[in-house]
Amino acid sequence: MQALTRKQLIDKAVSLLDSNTVSAVLGWKRGEFDYDITPAVFTSADELNREFIWNDFCGANFSKYLVSKTDRLEGKLLVFLKPCDTYSFNQLLTEHRFDREKVYAVGIPCNGMADIDKIKKITGDGISKITDNGDNLIVETLYGDAPVEIDKADVLAERCINCKSKKHVAYDELLGEDGEVISSNRFDEVEKLEKMTPDERYAFWQNELSRCIRCNACRDVCPACTCEKCVFNNPASGAESKAPSSSFEEKMFHIIRAFHVAGRCTDCGECSRVCPQNIPLHLLNRKFIKDINCFYGEYQAGAEVGSRAPLVDYTTDDIEPCDVFNGRDTDA
Amino acid sequence: MRKCALEKINSVFEEIAKSMTLYLPVDGSDGKAAFTKWENGMEWSDALNTTKSPKDFFFPQSEDLMKFKTEGKNIEIIDTRDEKEDFAVFGVRACDARSFDILDRVFLTEPYDSFYASRREHGIIISVACNKPSETCFCTAFGILPAEPGGDITAWKDKENLYLCANTEKGEALLEKLEAVTEECTDDSADTIKESIKKIAEKLPLGSLSTDSFGGGKTDEFFNAPEWSELSEACLGCGTCTFVCPTCQCYDIKDFKTGNGVIRYRCWDSCMYSEFTKMAHGNNRLSQKERFRQRFMHKLVYFPENNDGIFGCVGCGRCVSRCPISMNIVKVMKKLGGKSE
Repeated sequence: MQALTRKQLIDKAVSLLDSNTVSAVLGWKRGEFDYDITPAVFTSADELNREFIWNDFCGANFSKYLVSKTDRLEGKLLVFLKPCDTYSFNQLLTEHRFDREKVYAVGIPCNGMADIDKIKKITGDGISKITDNGDNLIVETLYGDAPVEIDKADVLAERCINCKSKKHVAYDELLGEDGEVISSNRFDEVEKLEKMTPDERYAFWQNELSRCIRCNACRDVCPACTCEKCVFNNPASGAESKAPSSSFEEKMFHIIRAFHVAGRCTDCGECSRVCPQNIPLHLLNRKFIKDINCFYGEYQAGAEVGSRAPLVDYTTDDIEPCDVFNGRDTDA
Repeated sequence: MRKCALEKINSVFEEIAKSMTLYLPVDGSDGKAAFTKWENGMEWSDALNTTKSPKDFFFPQSEDLMKFKTEGKNIEIIDTRDEKEDFAVFGVRACDARSFDILDRVFLTEPYDSFYASRREHGIIISVACNKPSETCFCTAFGILPAEPGGDITAWKDKENLYLCANTEKGEALLEKLEAVTEECTDDSADTIKESIKKIAEKLPLGSLSTDSFGGGKTDEFFNAPEWSELSEACLGCGTCTFVCPTCQCYDIKDFKTGNGVIRYRCWDSCMYSEFTKMAHGNNRLSQKERFRQRFMHKLVYFPENNDGIFGCVGCGRCVSRCPISMNIVKVMKKLGGKSE
């Protein structure tokens, strides 16, 4: 269960609307079920009371929406940010992608989000109701079986199991209590990959990436991907492709994208959340983050506004390419 | 009707695979089912649906149409066509089985698509009834019966047996080949399963979705509806809905330069993409709202207008479960008028 209730968030939003501090609210909107939640802009107390939702399925990171949703907005936009979202928020500010003056950020604590696919693995299809009784989710199905009580810890999204911070690094106002940066085991999976032989690693990625359907959801949801026109969508770029013409090209899309966001990726995990083919895309940049930490010292993109990422900040103390190579050699 | 004990189902697969390539849903390393080329020892997945629909078998995501090789001033044209292999797709659900009728209307009318036609000719569909539909299913809204899926052969599964019934000549011919590994049973053998599926189908939360408000001739009514802004406001503009959809049929033809020639290939396109149908004059849909509207107007208005009232959706629910922002045709239909109450 989340620390704050839906009502607390709605009350905050309504009071900010009433005081004209903000003119609109970016929030989560209820769907047909208890888990299919859509990001939405609310402008009235009535809409909020009717459709705003806050529960264990509000995973969407709103930071990227600020680029488009504040563009023509009169007044300020209230945005609710979970701790991990605040890193993307800062990174976008560092890159001057939206106007900070147009945003009123309310930090809200997060106890981790549930993964509906993991729930369905346990209960099967046909979910009719999901209720929250504290630590457990009670799931009912169409099939009249007894409700299944699931420990939320067993169905947490991968990125939440490996949560890196409960601390908000940006906000105008904080609701509830702030947490700390936590030491996570998020690099464990990367280490597994590093321990593989090059052939095994190649086979691993070959298998994963072969499922890619080039829907571009990973790119389109990624807060680090905010180019006005992506080369892959630009017929004039010479690199445009709507579908792979060969298996080589299929891999290139992800590799090029990974390099493009390297050093800017905050490890928010949205890419893997939205992938319809369950490709663990976050591992590509998690590897880069691990390498950056190893070669340049600890660096967390988005921890502060305006920080110079090691990859774009030359210093005479920088590691020599040969040492990088040797370092990688001993790591593996 | 014929039946086969589930414990001997491998013999059915083996028999089919003797004369043609067999594909069926198999759980992958990510735990999701995908249509996979059958090899001995593979297990048929229990999953209700594959993430990607079986549309690929007839209209692959990417296929080479031809190649050009240049040498000096000579251009050699190379025929790359290879859609001549007989194949069977086993385990197709009712929604997907119906989707082929919709695709047929697009590809088998002028301008007739010989690539698609050839694959349809060489392919045989064995559908399986859905014992446990998902909450995301709404095929019944489009008059599809999960207890009576189409295809060349229909199969029903209970705890012990698989029951098979041929619907077409092609299906009968294949069932004949399976005589040694199946046994004759009465035509009412699968009735208990059918009844239980019908009962569940009535309980599907999205099953009562109404299509009454939609259909041909409704362009003026819906095109400028103010609801499109709200419905599309969070759309990422990705192609997930279109690429998991069994009925989305738009494609692009592209040239891939190889260095000493060109591969001309056809690939799925998505109306959600900013460069969709870009022509010399530019793009005809400049905002995501217009692109979003196109997808749903096509399925709910334009397609039925040109196809005897048939909607371009089969209610498989893939977009419902896979859209990154959980926006889908159900929400669009409810908002625009097709209230289920």
